[in-house]
Amino acid sequence: MSGQGMGASVARREDRRFLLGKARYTDDIVLPGQTWGVFVRSPYAHAAIRSINVSQAAAAPGVLAVLTGDDVAADGLGGIPCGWQIKNKDGSVMVEPPHPALAQGKVRHAGDPVVLVIAESKAQARDAAQLVEVDYDPLPAVAHLTDAVASGAPLVWDEAPGNVCFDWHLGDAEATEAEFAKAEHVVGIDLVNNRLAPNAIEPRAANGHYDAAEDRYTLYTTSQNPHLIRLLLGAFTLKVPEHKLRVVAPDVGGGFGSKIFHYAEELLVLWASKRVGRPVKWTSSRSEAFLSDAHGRDHVTHAELALDADGRFRGLRVRTLANMGAYLSTFAPAIPTYLHATLLSGPYVIPAIYAEVKAIFTNTVPVDAVRGAGRPEATYLLERLVDKAARELGIDRVEIRRKNLIKPDQFPYQTPVALEYDIGEYEATLDLALKAIDYERFPQRRAASEARGKLRGFGISTYIEACGIAPSALVGALGARAGLYEAASVRVHPTGSVTVFTGAHSHGQGHETTFAQLVVEKLGVPFDNVEIVHGDTDRIPFGMGTYGSRSAAVGGSAIVKAIDKIVDKGKKVAAHLLEASVADIEFADGKYRVVGTDREKSFGEVAFAAYVPHNYPIESVEPGLEDSAFYDPKNFTFPGGCHLVEVEVDPETGVVQVVECAIADDVGTIINPMIVDGQAHGGLAHGIGQALLEEAVYDSEGQLLTGSFMSYCMPRAADLPMFKVGNHVTACTHNPIGVKGVGEVGAIGVPPAVINAVLDALAPLGVTHIEMPATSEKVWRAIQAAKGGVA
Amino acid sequence: MATISLTVNEKQHAVDVDPRTLLVELLREHLRLTGTHVGCDTSQCGACTVWVDGKSVKSCTMLAVEADGTAVTTIEGLARNGELHPMQAAFHTCHGLQCGFCTPGMVMSAADLVRRNPEPTEGDVRHWLEGNLCRCTGYHNIVRAVLAAAETLRAGQGGAR
Repeated sequence: MSGQGMGASVARREDRRFLLGKARYTDDIVLPGQTWGVFVRSPYAHAAIRSINVSQAAAAPGVLAVLTGDDVAADGLGGIPCGWQIKNKDGSVMVEPPHPALAQGKVRHAGDPVVLVIAESKAQARDAAQLVEVDYDPLPAVAHLTDAVASGAPLVWDEAPGNVCFDWHLGDAEATEAEFAKAEHVVGIDLVNNRLAPNAIEPRAANGHYDAAEDRYTLYTTSQNPHLIRLLLGAFTLKVPEHKLRVVAPDVGGGFGSKIFHYAEELLVLWASKRVGRPVKWTSSRSEAFLSDAHGRDHVTHAELALDADGRFRGLRVRTLANMGAYLSTFAPAIPTYLHATLLSGPYVIPAIYAEVKAIFTNTVPVDAVRGAGRPEATYLLERLVDKAARELGIDRVEIRRKNLIKPDQFPYQTPVALEYDIGEYEATLDLALKAIDYERFPQRRAASEARGKLRGFGISTYIEACGIAPSALVGALGARAGLYEAASVRVHPTGSVTVFTGAHSHGQGHETTFAQLVVEKLGVPFDNVEIVHGDTDRIPFGMGTYGSRSAAVGGSAIVKAIDKIVDKGKKVAAHLLEASVADIEFADGKYRVVGTDREKSFGEVAFAAYVPHNYPIESVEPGLEDSAFYDPKNFTFPGGCHLVEVEVDPETGVVQVVECAIADDVGTIINPMIVDGQAHGGLAHGIGQALLEEAVYDSEGQLLTGSFMSYCMPRAADLPMFKVGNHVTACTHNPIGVKGVGEVGAIGVPPAVINAVLDALAPLGVTHIEMPATSEKVWRAIQAAKGGVA
Repeated sequence: MATISLTVNEKQHAVDVDPRTLLVELLREHLRLTGTHVGCDTSQCGACTVWVDGKSVKSCTMLAVEADGTAVTTIEGLARNGELHPMQAAFHTCHGLQCGFCTPGMVMSAADLVRRNPEPTEGDVRHWLEGNLCRCTGYHNIVRAVLAAAETLRAGQGGAR
């Protein structure tokens, strides 16, 4: 082996083009005859459109077209579809309102697209957009969950009384009630999971080109899953067959969930390109991104934990309101349900759980997956509740967790909320993290901080997540309208080099390196002889893309499955060349060998024979060496671990600084430790951002108050410490690599650890509760309130 | 239209621009140097950072006409004869980039830091980079990369003496 297979920290091969400024992002692409599109968006959260006057804009210099919702309707474009249908408690289906690509009759959130202006230059399109006159009749709007469910609240959709999209539940209500009835202790908590704007640093962009000569569309788009976009364009929105449609997601500057979904702009630039006969490009500004990228989280929850006299968990009940925004985004209904309530057992034995989730429409931009997606919300409520229980019962926070963790001999472990965990050693990650942060000497560190006038707190979170989505039949039964397998095609060239076509998409994850490492490991070919191709529906047979930490577990498994087929075919060729029976051929380290002999053929020799089949078993084996595989996961994967945080709080100003962050995760088998650590770092920053800094704030009228980086606080370098990242590996039992997934662990595990640390720091002052983000203002007010002063 | 002349990556250019054109638009759209990125519209993210007369500048905060007569260096001009600048090399070896979008601005900014302060502390690096946002790395490996590059550069200068 070249030292570049599984387990090696191979430096990334994709880095060079990024470092040289030679990458190709969507906005970098300028097509011959390029035109530019700019959207006129609603300034109101809710309004009827009385009229739209485009005559001045249409007459402005360089303008090629000014398109409205009427044009969209006249041309028969489909509405933006939702990919998941949830059923209510009574078995009826959720309310699924229409989502026209450009507003028709009404606008339902600030930023709702109303008019598309296309011009020769971006500046001309911008200027002309200013000349579009839209006459609005403002309507009462509702932005916050608690307002939306109040009686008499304005309705976002007439067909959704009470603004309820669905009213869903999971678990055994009766069994849970029974546990609460006999519980020794019941601990309750009310929490808000703060709304986040995703903020990949690359804003979304789309460049559509209709080729009239070929009658074929090409879309360049900032997507995490180009095949999914092609499927939705083909079947629902643009309504053309897949072979007439190419979707390319070139270099994509981060996704974090926000680039999974099919957005109206993708449809509109393709449609507009056909109308004007030239390519049309739209690139979001950051301000526009805040108003049009799907947001994340936004839950209001009441949760209660029942415990016995020994502090063992007996029951959990959870009532959550989840904000859907004004329209249903692609995965939106799945996030607070099957990616949230199913995770409520955490890493713990909890005999009975009952969760109720009401999804609510508001006059805000749609809410969907953001890094973690449902699992951070579940982890946050559970870990806040466990900490509160420890305090109220007088049990050590580490010990209450240790006492309730699922033990290694209890796997496979069936939770009361539908999941079966395959494997885990949660106490091992707990101990590893405690050692990394030197827990025993926390009191000394606290005293040292105190001597400097700072309050120090220690916070813990033990968590689990579900990744590698997902078994298609299972998610189909739960309401998914797509399969969630992954596809791969492996082409061995005549000289033995290898091209892998993967349906997964890399937008920072480093697949061009890690997937090549998989090939090196399995085929024994040199790293430099392996090429990974992703992001183009014309080159890659099929794919479901990258989200939910699924690339290695599902996409990597598809590659391994295709490689296995190639190895098997090669055995037949090698058996012929070595004049042995196929059963006697083994393959290892890039060589086919007759078992127990030194007679062997290299993988390259076999590949060459397959393409130059002069001496070849041509009667029974086809020439060539290429195969494809679709891998449908057997189960979710279950990464888990322990995240520890120490904060210092300045009692005068309320400023919180994370001074230590040590984590130990079990993300399964590790392909590239350097990349795994990097993924953990990024997730931690996202999670610390949610806990301390970030919040998308709407006023009660539905205006977004945090609509730029001036007002939405992104984590910066000085906000974060160096991270201590440890791993304890148990291999996933049901995929061929043993990987579980790492992209979201930080965002899921760390927010409650941060808040638990802040509350620990403030406990001596009598502060018992704080909401995310724990900004200096919020902390200062909590301190003042606890002192009995003004706050 | 205004005609300006400037040097970009040691190449002389004379360009006619609309007076409202930003320097970053000049670089990306007129000169097709697309390594410099735009991640926001409020001069917060730093993805557009370039050097103007040797100092790091957010090219979205400057009009192209203000760059008349200056020498601009972009990420495309940092490597020499295909050899990465020590800052670029350190980002590679330390895994200081993931999606790569903030990277050009991050590298240009960090390279300016180590030129001004050849021996920065971790705190200096974190403070200096507050004008550059990264959503992928949590900054951990970026900070490591900048410290490593500073060390490489110091060692190189020591050797030259």
